[in-house]
Amino acid sequence: MIRLLAFVVGLGFLAASGCSFVNGFGTWISTETEKSIEYKYLKHAHAEEWSFSGPFGRYDNQQLQRGFRVFRDTCSGCHSLKYVAFRNLEEIDYTEAEVRAIADQWPIQVPSINPQDGAPNTRKALPSDNFPNPFPNAVAARAANNNALPPDLSLIVKAREGGADYIHALLVGYGDAPADVEVGQGLHYNPYFHGLAIAMPRPLNSDGQVTYTDGTEATVDQMARDVTAFLMWTAEPKMDTRKNVGIAVLIFLIFATILAYFAYRNVWADKKPKKKKKDEAAA
Amino acid sequence: MSFPWAQQYEPKNGFTKWMDSRLPIFRLVHGAVGPGYPVPRNLNYFWNFGVLAGFALMVQIVTGIILAMHYRADGAIAFASVEHIMRNVNEGWFLRYAHANGASFFFIAMYIHIGRNIYYGSYKAPREMVFLLGMVIYLLAMATAFMGYVLPWGQMSFWGAKVITGLIGAIPFVGESIQTWLLGGFAPDTAALNRFFSLHYLLPFVIAGVVILHIWALHIPGSGNPTGVDVKSPQDTVPFHPYYTAKDGFGLGVYLIAFAIMVFFLPNALGHADNYIEANPLSTPAHIVPEWYYYPFYAILRSFTSDFFFIEAKLMGVIAMFSAILVVFLLPWLDNSPVRSANYRPKFRMFFYIWLVDLVVLFYCGGMPAEEPYVMISQIATAYYFSFFLIIIPVLAKIERTTPLPNSITESVLGHDEPVAPVATTKSTSGDPSPQPAV
Ligand code: HEC
Repeated sequence: MIRLLAFVVGLGFLAASGCSFVNGFGTWISTETEKSIEYKYLKHAHAEEWSFSGPFGRYDNQQLQRGFRVFRDTCSGCHSLKYVAFRNLEEIDYTEAEVRAIADQWPIQVPSINPQDGAPNTRKALPSDNFPNPFPNAVAARAANNNALPPDLSLIVKAREGGADYIHALLVGYGDAPADVEVGQGLHYNPYFHGLAIAMPRPLNSDGQVTYTDGTEATVDQMARDVTAFLMWTAEPKMDTRKNVGIAVLIFLIFATILAYFAYRNVWADKKPKKKKKDEAAA
Repeated sequence: MSFPWAQQYEPKNGFTKWMDSRLPIFRLVHGAVGPGYPVPRNLNYFWNFGVLAGFALMVQIVTGIILAMHYRADGAIAFASVEHIMRNVNEGWFLRYAHANGASFFFIAMYIHIGRNIYYGSYKAPREMVFLLGMVIYLLAMATAFMGYVLPWGQMSFWGAKVITGLIGAIPFVGESIQTWLLGGFAPDTAALNRFFSLHYLLPFVIAGVVILHIWALHIPGSGNPTGVDVKSPQDTVPFHPYYTAKDGFGLGVYLIAFAIMVFFLPNALGHADNYIEANPLSTPAHIVPEWYYYPFYAILRSFTSDFFFIEAKLMGVIAMFSAILVVFLLPWLDNSPVRSANYRPKFRMFFYIWLVDLVVLFYCGGMPAEEPYVMISQIATAYYFSFFLIIIPVLAKIERTTPLPNSITESVLGHDEPVAPVATTKSTSGDPSPQPAV
């Protein structure tokens, strides 16, 4: 009875999905799918070599410091970095004094209140503060950016398909729009951005835009690379520890598993068919 | 427990004797996973995954309890509290990555465990109850994982919750009221987050309870085995400890290596980038997908695109999605072939392998946008999925000619030089003096 019922229900599902298939196939066959402009020009970032790629890749703190300079001098005017505190910069080899100076001289102040009358005001940043938002709220941020909201950059590398490769490609990917692409008012052509037009004006324009003090040449590509590495660090600050622990754990596990394998063979030695016996039986 | 030759528990010292007459917990362990549980001697590595699933559940409970100490279920700060765990809590990154990947590994273990069960016909009498309880665990795990994925309050959390609870809205007349009632609002927000968190904390313990029933039910008939032939003599079994504890120890090592590779080197590979963007009810992601372990069901849900008589397409999709899980529950009654193991059912084996490929296709399509040709492909795959359970299996049980079974488990282990033709004696032909299990 149940099997008969199942058979009928099964036929029902077959009919229903078949029905959907026929309809879908009909529309698919009859509609000319035209490839969109976006499909024609959208580019995908190719995989780059990063100091942090692969299981043995680690952050290069020199590079992160350069990236931080790029962030401070160009991006921080529009983008917040709300999950990162100034004190975290000590993790990329800034000294305590340097961090205090960086916080103290940060161009954007931290919202506060007047200790006398409680009126809202601002004060200088402290190492324990997170990076302050350049705009008091989202409305102000949109108003200043052609109605687009500059996203917080703390997690941006993990929040985009393609990660660091994508961010780097986006930053250097600006160019002139092909004739058949219409770029809206106040937007900029960028073939790596979905929709091909981004509200962010090209942030890195000329070599030497940011002053490097470690002798590295500040080409546009180098600056894009460095700031991307810095943003990778803000998104995943514990990566070095994670990989170090991971390698130790794996070494231990592989060793333990080999031992466990021999223990297992040993326990089972008398239960497995013996090769020799089998040959004898066959003979 | 299950066989007369099972080794009896003998308390050895004063303490265990004292305990045994007051709370015989050592006796219980001895009979459940110790020397007192005789297990067929011919289990292959697929039989490791029950223990592995149990281990994965424990990892989830332990990491989850600690994460809950730092997490805040509030729409305004949930996302930030997860970042707090990742950045400021000692080893918080490890706890979260282990928990997130641990859920995936729990599902991998369960999927292989269920696949093994279907291939070897473990669901058949007398183990129907073991199977049903296992499926209940799977259902509870799906619910738990769904609610867990909402907690970090990223874009996929929010939109996934919205889409999935929206399915309830497809129920005619009352659907939308029920959906609002369940969410505590018109869209997921703090009210929903709080109840999801509460249930997400509760359900794993319910699962642990059902796991105990699952193991209890298993110990009545004892474990199945790859031949599907019943245990006949003491020679056919070995005591769980040390034989299978040793084998499970090795299996656990391999499992942990795979787990460590994901947690330490590819922690976000199974996740979705959009979930690192804080939930925003005003911005819909380009395409909304659930976690990978729901993909096949998501593909089935989306493959019903036209109304079927009086049933609306959306409702039909919801019915099909839930039926896709419910039909599995019926397996013991859909399949009344007396032979358990697919090793001796060539036709069933073939359809089973096609079904595996079918599942891979559904997995793939479920993760793809709802566009052609993915929808058409999942429609075909959906048709086969239901046909396999509701049509092929019942019919095969009637018409299939099975190949001869070995006479006994021992023969299948020691005598596989000989064709497994019926032999009069159960004694193995190789004459191996296999030692009797300790009595
Ligand atoms: C003049 C203000 C401004 C500056 C300076 C600026 N950005 Fe932006 N950025 C924006 C705006 C506005 C958007 C949103 C674009 C949109 O949604 O179309 C944006 C978006 C982005 C995005 C997200 C793109 C995506 O995939 O959604 C990234 C990454 C980014 N900016 C990185 C940077 C970096 C790195 C710098 C410094 C080198 C920088 N920005 C400097 C205004 C700015």
